[in-house]
Amino acid sequence: MMRFLRRQGWVAGLLALLFFLFVVTKLIQPGYGSGDFGSLARAVLPYAFAVAAQTVVVIAGGIDLSVAAMMALTSVTAASMMNGASEEYAYFVVPFVLAMGLALGALNGLLIVVTRVPDIVVTLATLFVLQGAALLVLEAPGGAAAEWLKASIVGTMPIPGLPDWAQAWVPKALVLLAVCLGIVWIPLRRSRLGLSIYAIGSDELAAFRSGVPVARTRIVAYALSGLFAALGGLSLTISTGIGAPIPGPYLLASVAAVVLGGVALGGGKGGLLGPIIAVFVLRLVRTDLTLLAIDPNVTAIIEGAIMVAVVMFGAFITIRGRPAGATP
Amino acid sequence: MTSTATMPQPASFGRRLKRFMADRPLIPLIILLVILVLILQVLRPGIVNERWIANTAKFAIPLAILAGCQTMTMLTSGIDLSVGTVATMSAFIMATQIVNQDPTVAFILAMLPAVLIGLVNGIGVGVFRVHPLIMTLGTSLIGTGFLQVYQRTVIASGARIPDFLNWLGTGLTYGFPNALFLFVPVAVLIVFTLNRTGFGRLLYAVGDNERAARLSGVRYWQVITALYVISSLLAGITGLLYIGLIKAPSLSLAEPLVLPSVAAAVIGGTSIFGGRGGYTGTIVGALILTVLTTLLTILHMPEGGRRILFGFIVLFVTAAYLRIIEDR
Repeated sequence: MMRFLRRQGWVAGLLALLFFLFVVTKLIQPGYGSGDFGSLARAVLPYAFAVAAQTVVVIAGGIDLSVAAMMALTSVTAASMMNGASEEYAYFVVPFVLAMGLALGALNGLLIVVTRVPDIVVTLATLFVLQGAALLVLEAPGGAAAEWLKASIVGTMPIPGLPDWAQAWVPKALVLLAVCLGIVWIPLRRSRLGLSIYAIGSDELAAFRSGVPVARTRIVAYALSGLFAALGGLSLTISTGIGAPIPGPYLLASVAAVVLGGVALGGGKGGLLGPIIAVFVLRLVRTDLTLLAIDPNVTAIIEGAIMVAVVMFGAFITIRGRPAGATP
Repeated sequence: MTSTATMPQPASFGRRLKRFMADRPLIPLIILLVILVLILQVLRPGIVNERWIANTAKFAIPLAILAGCQTMTMLTSGIDLSVGTVATMSAFIMATQIVNQDPTVAFILAMLPAVLIGLVNGIGVGVFRVHPLIMTLGTSLIGTGFLQVYQRTVIASGARIPDFLNWLGTGLTYGFPNALFLFVPVAVLIVFTLNRTGFGRLLYAVGDNERAARLSGVRYWQVITALYVISSLLAGITGLLYIGLIKAPSLSLAEPLVLPSVAAAVIGGTSIFGGRGGYTGTIVGALILTVLTTLLTILHMPEGGRRILFGFIVLFVTAAYLRIIEDR
């Protein structure tokens, strides 16, 4: 009960912080409206998927350093496949890229289970490999995205029965995000598999002794991470219209948002909602900095410093929570 | 248990080989290096001559120093991914400040960000217990941001490579690259520090069993902070050397050296989990990677393929070393 309250309390606190930031934004820029919210949702999209990818693995007690590289690879794959192809072809490209993410993620998990090398080293190695593969697919930023895909995140969602002013605040990108994450996450959370993921993150040995198939669960967790990363890569291609082989700053951002979202880096605790709200918080801070007319490069410094500070804070909390002198 | 007691002699060839690899990692490494050079000679008869050797040494030296940073941090089960950014910052600041400043002042200015980043890394890892990978990734993002801001302020004044760095980076003395004047003392210092000083032993102790080290009175955060500052300083010096070699200051100058530096240390037999390894193996590892790069260039392997290969090397070697340890 206490744990439930504490976790919901954390999410509620984040929501309050997000609301506070919206008020600040409104104060800085009185004209901030639904259109700007729509572009915020679009900007959040790849970050949110990266964070979802990281969250699943962190809950399972691991870490995935290859998230950003996976996004780069799936993004360039989608962009180069859709380049010059017909609109209908994209109906094939999307499931193909998602399946690729799923398979590569599963490969990550498989390598960890089979080689017994710690996750951090394996995903570091796959980070190199996926980065290289992305460069092989597309040497320089390029490619294209289908128009209907691009249209799928621009504008607002028509919801019958909702007044126009309220509809303006429901950007398609946000709906897309909620649907994609919800379809995977909600059934998972309620299933045996979801419970197993929490179990191996909380205490691997105890989970093993209670009959949880640890190896299989771990592979599934990484496969899901790959799937979310592929969604992130697709959203990158869709929102920019091209694919770029150089991974963006999504790794650090994903870890920072996971920590800020109340998911313990040790595993077994937290949910998906917190990290997603945390991503909105981090992006909105960036928006505010931009609105204050701060040099974009300085914004990058401040953003990086905030993320590092958040991660430091999270690590500090983790060591406080452990018995003194215990090794991480 | 019983098998070792009753019949000691029929150890399989694989097992003997493993034992041999574990006890003397240098010998198989040197054999591998010779094989690579032979392959090169077969593919391009006559390529291996004095000039080629000097050239290989010239390119291997910056890599070997950066791999030294990785070796030392890996001994404490850390890693320093900010070396690329630090080297780039030092090189870029040196090349731009030398235009208007006294060389000594320019040198101090160039080393300042290295010390600062090292300090932040050390405090983050040592005091707040952030995972070194995440921490150094974060500081390198922040560093790159600062560099971009800095670049704007010096666009007007231009850049120049100091003659001394030119001499150090590309010059030859009796057929030997001048970079050896820097490298030999640095290498001797690192080897001496690791093998013969208290600080070196502390690094091994912390990496081997952190808890035991703490309980025997090692001030963990002081050791780690000193280590990351030293690592950053070495990276800064490498940057100065590298700018003399490459002669084109850019914002991503030393970035391509980061992944190979990790790979070189891993190949050289330093365990990424800490407590095992040394610098001599790393030097051979750096030579192997440089020769391998030449080989791959001759075979027209693109940059992407090279990264994939490096990724697999890191994974394979780590898994292999893990098996060797488990065997004992």
